[in-house]
Formats: sequence, structure tokens, C-alpha cells
Amino acid sequence: MRPPPDIWAALRSSPWRLLASSWPWRALAYLASGALVGLVVAAVLFVLVGVGLLTLVILVGVLVLAGIPLLAALVADMERVRLRLVLPDVRPGQAARPAPIAWSERLRALRRLRISGPEVGYTVLLATVLWLVDAVVLNLIITIPGVLVLAPVLVRVDAPIAIGPWQLSTPTEAWIAVAPGLVLLVFGLYVATLLAAAQASLARLLLEPAQTRLAAAVADLRRSRVDLVDAFETERSRIERDLHDGAQQRLVALTMTLGLAELEVPEGAGLDLVRQAHTQAETALAELRATVRGIHPRVLVDHGLTAAVRELADTAGLPVSVDLRVDGRLPAPVEAAAYFVVAEALTNAVRHAGARSARVEGQVSGDRLEVGVRDDGAGGATVRPGGGLAGLATRLAALDGHLEVTSPPGGPTEVRMTCPTVLP
Amino acid sequence: MPDRASLRAPLRIVLAEDAALLREGLLAILERAGHEVIAAVGDADALLAFTDHTRPDVVITDIRMPPTHTDEGLRAAAELRRRHRDLAVLVLSAYVADAYLAELLDTTGGGGIGYLLKDRVGHVRDFLDSLDRVAGGETVVDPQVVRGLLNRHQPDGPLDALSEREREVLALMAEGRTNGSIATALFVSEAAVRKHVGNIFAKLRLDPTTDRRVSAVLAYLREA
Repeated sequence: MRPPPDIWAALRSSPWRLLASSWPWRALAYLASGALVGLVVAAVLFVLVGVGLLTLVILVGVLVLAGIPLLAALVADMERVRLRLVLPDVRPGQAARPAPIAWSERLRALRRLRISGPEVGYTVLLATVLWLVDAVVLNLIITIPGVLVLAPVLVRVDAPIAIGPWQLSTPTEAWIAVAPGLVLLVFGLYVATLLAAAQASLARLLLEPAQTRLAAAVADLRRSRVDLVDAFETERSRIERDLHDGAQQRLVALTMTLGLAELEVPEGAGLDLVRQAHTQAETALAELRATVRGIHPRVLVDHGLTAAVRELADTAGLPVSVDLRVDGRLPAPVEAAAYFVVAEALTNAVRHAGARSARVEGQVSGDRLEVGVRDDGAGGATVRPGGGLAGLATRLAALDGHLEVTSPPGGPTEVRMTCPTVLP
Repeated sequence: MPDRASLRAPLRIVLAEDAALLREGLLAILERAGHEVIAAVGDADALLAFTDHTRPDVVITDIRMPPTHTDEGLRAAAELRRRHRDLAVLVLSAYVADAYLAELLDTTGGGGIGYLLKDRVGHVRDFLDSLDRVAGGETVVDPQVVRGLLNRHQPDGPLDALSEREREVLALMAEGRTNGSIATALFVSEAAVRKHVGNIFAKLRLDPTTDRRVSAVLAYLREA
């Protein structure tokens, strides 16, 4: 049985799972510490406000009242730490949280201390309502079930026990009370967990700067975007394997059989037909192979970018010089993006620009991969929406990369891409 | 040029190919040609074991085999060439990836090496011819792979000294062709081809005591 991943999931789970997890106990600790902290804050706030108002006539009160935002900042810092008890960060440290400001610095910058409305509001709320609610609820959910569960013992010491309109005077009555006591105890833990979750969420809403929440959301989005590109890559790899193990092998086997048939069939119309069939099967195989290469080149997976780009250059249909300085392997989505940029650029060079030669250059500098393809063709290439280059630009953008095409009329055309080699 | 078919001697072969369909196809072709296939296996471990036991003349192996389907066959081939110095190895690839070729040429061993695309097997006569040449100790590389290498130009290498025509001749040599066959392909006389070959040997400064034809081809393949 896996424990619930967060406090809200814990609330939705069965009593057994809830009790087995740490969440109810974290919630109790949160409420108990909340009651204590709230009480102290209430006392300090009472003194500050009281003394401040009384001394307002001699102006000293202004200074004293100015201590309230300071108190609020202190409370907010503490509460931000305390709320982790029930709302721990899912990925600690990943969302860039602004570094807490040292207190010595804050005191020095006292005059410039910004009054934070939400922090003051939360402090007042904590001092007036929250701690009282915490204390009362804790008291109720512990004492009532406690008395019921311990009734058989208590009734012997101090009979009868009065609970509301009911009275327990005999041991039998006391034993009957144990069952509802246990139910109430569990119910009480649910109440405590719910209350703690709600309070911590309120605290987070008021105390966590919007920027932090946005930064976390952006980090999440970027990660999910890269995950998506990665998922596409995995899917393409699966399709490639299916085609390789299926249709491609059947076609190779077919060409073998036809090759054998050519040796058996006597010269004549029959042999001509067999030869024709053989050629057709080979054409089909070549087309399938080209398709597979366009989906997910195997050599890229096995040998990395440099080898795969070499193979592209070898099959490009024009002389291509390759100067690629990429040692070791890069993340699969990055390798694939770079590979398809080179593939598209070389295809365009042959098909549209009528180039006579092309050059592929690339290197990893720092943590970025840079690849450029330059041809001596007619130029005039543009990134049309829905075109191959546009698709690659989108693909690169998802990896935080960038595609640039310079292609003046008359040439030369240069396609350059950069992409981080470390993915979030 | 003598008819190779008449020179063909039965070879003892161990075949490794994980796809049953292709294994059967290869088996049919090899047996039709009169060769003896001692074992047809589906993975590299079996290939190593059978080869050690039966000492065949030639090993024919697919590059991608279980369990990871990457380059098991290639690694097995390299290992076998280390263990049996005279063993000829013919590697079949589904891809025009010369990264595999470079790895294969870097392996040690004295026997012939072949690197053919699987499509080539369908051209049964050519395939059997290549097989014989590999068994005879030659280096045979698929014409399509060689053509790809020709597309590439690397400045400042030793091959840079060669003329365009000499490069063409060298590329055809790399395909394992004889002077006569090269002459036919380039529409020149055999004497002209011999002159080009001599120039190539001179420009590459090859040691006359070695098989310069093979050395030239290796230099070509390694650089390109």
C-alpha cells in the first residue's frame, strides 16, 4: 500500500491508508504548533497595538506601531517554513524560490521595509482567529473521543461520566461507548487533516509571492514540453522498429526469393517478369527505407549525431563536407532535432536550390549545440508555415533552441540552429 | 576475366541472423550455390560458440541481433577475428552507416572482411561472388556505401593528392573490382586503369611488400 502522495490525496483515501500515512500526525503537529505560535503572536500583537495606541499622543506610538509590519514579516517567514509540514514542495529546490533575507539586513533596512498587505493580514488572522480555531478543534477531537475510549477506566474511578445529555454510570455502558469513541477518533483525524490542509493552503496563498508560483508553473510547463518531445521520440523509435522488423524484412526476404527465382527460371518472358518484380520489390524497399530514415534513423540511436549526419551526407545526392565536432552523446531529442535540421537543409539544397555542394559544420560550445548547413545553391529559401523548416523551428523551440535561415536570392543558403545540450 | 562461378568452391559457413525469414532466405541461397551451412543461428552467443566449435571458412552475420538489437553481430565479428586469425567475416547491414564499417575495418585478424547491405543479397550472383572474394581474403565493401563515401570530401588527407579519375578508380577498387572490370565501368582500356592504379600506389606511398591494392582501399575507406 503506497502512502498518499499529498495531504489532499490523504483526505480522499480510506481510514486505513490515512492512519498508515504520516499526514494526520503532520496535521496534528501543524495545528498544535499553530495554536502555540498564534497565541504568542496574539500576545505580542496585543502589546504592540495597545502600547502603540496609548503612546500615539506622544508620537512614540508611531514607532511602536511600525513594529507591526516587522512582526508580520517575521511571522510570515516562520509560517512559510511551518506550512511545509503539511504542504511540502513536490520537487524541493526546483522552483526558484527567492533566497530569504537575513534579519540583520532587514533591521538595517528598516526604514525601507515594505509593508506587505497579505503578510500583515495573515498575521492578524493567525493572532485572532486561526490559533483559536486550532486550539478548540484540537481540544474537541482529542478530549471527546478520548473520554469515550477510556470510559471503562474512567467509570471505575469517577462514575458517572456526563457527556452532553448522556450519562455513563455502569461498566457496560462505558464499554458500549468505546466503539463510537474509536469512530469519533478517526473522524477527528480527518477533521484535523482537513483543517491543517486548508490553513496551510491559505497561508501559502497569502505568503508565497506570485512570482514564485509563476516560476514554478513555468518550470513545470518547460519540463512537460520537453517530456512531450521525448514522448514523440519514443513513439517514432517504436514505429521505426515495427517497420524494420515487419515490412522491411518481408521485402528483403522477397528480393532474396526473386533473386533465387532468377537463377531457376529459363531465359524468356518469364525471367523478364521475375526481373521486373525484383526491381519493383527493391524500389519498394528503398522507399520504405527512406521513410524509416525520415521517421527515426537507427544509426542516430546507435552511433550518435556525427555518424548519422555522415550517413545523411553520403546519401544526399550532392557532395557534402562534414565538420562536426560533437564528442559523446547528447540527449535524444537534441540529437534528433539537429539530425532533422541537417536532413531538411540538405534535401532543400538538392531539391529547390539546385546546389552543387554543401557543407555541414557543428560543435558543442559550452552547453549549447550549434549546427550550420551551407549550400551554394540559388537561395531564396523561406520558413513557410507548415513547411519542413517551420516544423523544425517549432521542435527546436520546445527544447529552448533556435533556428535561423539566411537565404538571399542568388544564394548562398545557410541554415543555423542552436540548442541547449542540457534539458530541464 | 575468368568466370568466378567456375572457380567457386564449396565453403563451410556459420550464419547468424535473428530474423527467421531472412535466415531461411540466406540459407536457401547459400545451399543453392552448393555451400555447406554448418549452423544457422539467431544470436551472437550462439554464433561465437558454433564458430569456435566448427571452425568454418566464413562467418556471415547480421549487425543487429538480440538482445539489444544494436551492434551485437559486429562485436561478435570483431571477437571472432581476434580468436581465429584466418576466419573470413561477412557482415550484413540494413543501413548505409559507415560508422559500422570503420569499426569493422579496425578489427584485427588476417581473413577477408565484407560489409554488404542486406539488399545486396537479392542480387544472388553478386552476393555469392562477394562471398567468394571475402572467403579468399579480400576486403569487399558494398558499392552503395562506397558511393556514399565518395560524396564526402575531406581536405588535406593523403587522398587529396589523387586526381578525380584516380579517385574513381580507387572507389571501384574499394568495391573489390578487378582492373578489367574497372576498365569496363569507366569505358577506358585496361592499360589505362593499370596506369591509374600505379599512380595511386605511388601517391599514397604504399609499401610494395604488402598487398598494395588492399592497403590503398583501406586508406581510402578509413579516410573517406
